[in-house]
Amino acid sequence: MKLERRDFMKVISAGAVTATTAKTVRSEARTALSEDAVGILYDATVCIGCKACEVACKEYNDMPSSSSYVNDQFEVKNVWDSPDDLDAKTLNKIKLYKDGDGSVKDREKDGFSYIKRACMHCADPDCVSVCPVTALTKDPVTGIVSYDETRCCGCRYCQIACQYLIPKFEYDDPLGQIQKCQLCSHVIAEGGIPGCCEACPTGASIYGNVHDLLDEAHQRLDMTPGTTYDFPVRMVDSKDRASHEVHEYVNYVYGESEGGGTQYLILSAVPFGELGLPNLPDHSNASVTEKLQHSLYKGMIAPAALFVGLLYAAHQSVKYHNRSDEEGADE
Amino acid sequence: MSNEDSGNRKIKVVGGGSAGSDLHKSYPIGGPIMTTPFKVIMVIAAIGLFFMGKRFLLGLGATSNLSHGYPWGIWIAYDVVVGTAIGSGGYAMALLVYIFNKGKYDPLVRSALLTAFLGYLFAGVSIVIDTGRYWNLINMFLPQYSNITTSIMMEVAISVATYTLVLIVEVSPAFLERYGNSKLRRRLQKVIFVFIAFGVLLPTLHQSSLGSMMISAGDKLSPLWQSMMLPFYFLFTALIMGYASVVVESFAASQILNTRLEKRLLVKLTGFVPYLILVYLVIRFADLVYQGAFGVLFQDPLEGTSFIVENLLFIVPMIILFSKDARNKRVNLFFSGISIVLAGAIYRFNTYLIGFDPAPGWTYFPAFSEIFITIGLISFEIMIYLIVVKRLPILPKVVFKKA
Repeated sequence: MKLERRDFMKVISAGAVTATTAKTVRSEARTALSEDAVGILYDATVCIGCKACEVACKEYNDMPSSSSYVNDQFEVKNVWDSPDDLDAKTLNKIKLYKDGDGSVKDREKDGFSYIKRACMHCADPDCVSVCPVTALTKDPVTGIVSYDETRCCGCRYCQIACQYLIPKFEYDDPLGQIQKCQLCSHVIAEGGIPGCCEACPTGASIYGNVHDLLDEAHQRLDMTPGTTYDFPVRMVDSKDRASHEVHEYVNYVYGESEGGGTQYLILSAVPFGELGLPNLPDHSNASVTEKLQHSLYKGMIAPAALFVGLLYAAHQSVKYHNRSDEEGADE
Repeated sequence: MSNEDSGNRKIKVVGGGSAGSDLHKSYPIGGPIMTTPFKVIMVIAAIGLFFMGKRFLLGLGATSNLSHGYPWGIWIAYDVVVGTAIGSGGYAMALLVYIFNKGKYDPLVRSALLTAFLGYLFAGVSIVIDTGRYWNLINMFLPQYSNITTSIMMEVAISVATYTLVLIVEVSPAFLERYGNSKLRRRLQKVIFVFIAFGVLLPTLHQSSLGSMMISAGDKLSPLWQSMMLPFYFLFTALIMGYASVVVESFAASQILNTRLEKRLLVKLTGFVPYLILVYLVIRFADLVYQGAFGVLFQDPLEGTSFIVENLLFIVPMIILFSKDARNKRVNLFFSGISIVLAGAIYRFNTYLIGFDPAPGWTYFPAFSEIFITIGLISFEIMIYLIVVKRLPILPKVVFKKA
C-alpha cells in the first residue's frame, strides 16, 4: 500500500515516469569528471591557519582588501584585514572552529580547527544549471567553474542555488558583478598552480588531478594516527614534502559525493557539519529540477499538444462569440 | 433557473439599458484624471521614483537589504512572483471565457486583462531594478547566451516577456474601439484566437515554472514549502488568485469608480473556486504528510506561524464559498476574495522568502527604500489603470449610487 502511494506520488511529481535504469545512467553521466579534471585537497589537520593562502589569493586574482578597522588605521593589506567570511572581495577564506576552551587542535570538544572555504567546483554545479545567460560555465576538460561578467545579467539565481553560498555579488558597486574562486584558471593556463596552493607552506592545500587527490585523501584516511607522514606540498605529485604527525581523521572525504561530487576535497578531524559545511545528498538539486522540467517539456510534446488544443478551443469560442454578437446586432 | 432569471432582471434594472447586448458592453468611465486621490498617488509614485534613481546611481547595496544569503527580496517575491499571480486574473478569465466558452463572464474579461498587463509590465520593470547587470538582460534573448536547456529562469523570462506582448494585443481591442479604425479591429478579430491560445499557454508554462525555480534552492527552502509539486502549486494558486483578484477588483471598481457590480457573475464565478482550493489543499497536505514535513511547524515559530496563516486564509473562504447562500452576500464575496489573494500571496512569499533559510546567521527584512520602490511601482500601476479605465472601454457601465 505504501509502495503504491509512493509510486503514485512519483508519477504525479515527475509528470512522467522515466525508466529507472535510464535515470542512473544519466545521473552518472552528469557527475562524471574528465580524466584531466583538476582540483584542490585541503587537509584541516595540516593547516596552521597562517592565511598565506588568503594573501596569495588576493594577489593572484588582483582582489581589493576588505575594509576593516585595522586596515583603515594601519594601512595593512590583505591578511590582517580578514573579514569573517567569503565576500565579494574575498574568494578564499580560512575560518576557525572553536569549542569550549579551544585548547587542542583538531579536537571537536574543547578544541579547534581551521577550515578553508572557496568554490567547490562541483561535478554537476547548480550555479551553471540555473544561470539563464551561461555566464557560469564548467570547463569540459579541467572542470573549473568559471564566470564571465560580460554575459552575466546579475539575477543572482546562482546565489539562490549554490548550497555552499559561494557566488558573491558586488552589492556596493552600481555596476557590480559576481565574484567567485575560479581556481586561478588564468594561472593554470600558463602552467602554474592556484595561488592558495602555491603559497601554502605546510601542504594543507595541494593542487592536482582530482583523481590523484582522491587517492591521496583515501590513503591519508587509512594511515595510523600518531605516525608521521611526508605530506606533499603545493601539488599532489610534488617531490617537495613536509613531515607532520598524522591526526585521527573523520573517516570521510568531504566532496567525494556531496551534490554529485566536487573537485575541492576536504579532510578534517572535526565533523564537517561543525565546520559549517552543509550536509548534502549525493546528487545536485539541478539534476532534480532538470529531470522534472525535462519530463514535463520532453520534446515540447506536452506544450505543443496543449497549444493545439487551446488554438482549437479559442477558435471555436471566438467564432461563437462573433456569431452571437452579429445576431445581437441584427435584433 | 428561476434564480438566474430574477438575477437577469435585476441587472437590467440597475444597468438601465433596454437591449440585452448593451449590458455586455464596456464603457470608458470618463471624468477628470487629476483628482485629489490621483495626486496623492502621484506623490507616492514620485517618492518611489526617487529611490529607483538612487538604486541605479548608487547600486543595490545602497537601496536594499539584499545580501549574499538573501539575494532575492521583495522586488522578486512581491513584484514578480506575487504581482504576476494577482495579474493571473487575465489568464484565469481567458481560460474560462475563451477555452471553456463561458461567454457570460465576458464583462469581467477586459479589466482582468488590463490588470494582467499592468501586473506583468511592472514585474518586468521590477526585474530591471533588481538585476545587478540589467544591461545584459538582453543576453537572455540571444541564442548564443541563453541557457534554455537547463535554466528555468530562462524559460520564465521568455514566457513572461512574450505573454506581456500577447497581453498588449489582447487589450488592444479596447483601444481600437475608442480610437482606432474598425477595419484593423475586424482584421485583428480574425486572428485573435491565436493570441488567446498563447495567452493561456504561456501563463500555464511560466506560472508553474515560477514554482519549479525554487526546487533548485534545495534544502535552503523549508520542507513546508520545498516540494517536487511546486510547479503544480504555483499553477493552481495562480488560477485561484486570478479568480479572487477579479472579485476584489470588481468590488474596488464598483466602490471607487461607481461601476455596476456584476454580482450575479461573481456569485457564479466564486462557485467553483472553493473546489479548486480543495483540490490544491488536499494534494498539498497529502504531499506534506508524505514528506513528513509537519515537524518543522513546531521548530521554527516564524515559518510555522506563516504556514498556518497561509492555509487558514485558504480554508476559511473555501468553507464560506461552498455555500450559495453565503456567496450571495456581498460582504462574504468581498472578504473571501481578499482572503484568497492574501493566502496565495503569503504562500508565494513563504516559498520565496520566509521559508528560505540559506544558512545560519543570514537574515533579511526589506529596507525602507526597497519597500518604497515596491510601493512606487504599485502606485504607477494604479495611475495607469485609472487613466486607462477613464478613457478606454474596459469596465461595465457607471451607475449612480442611490443616496
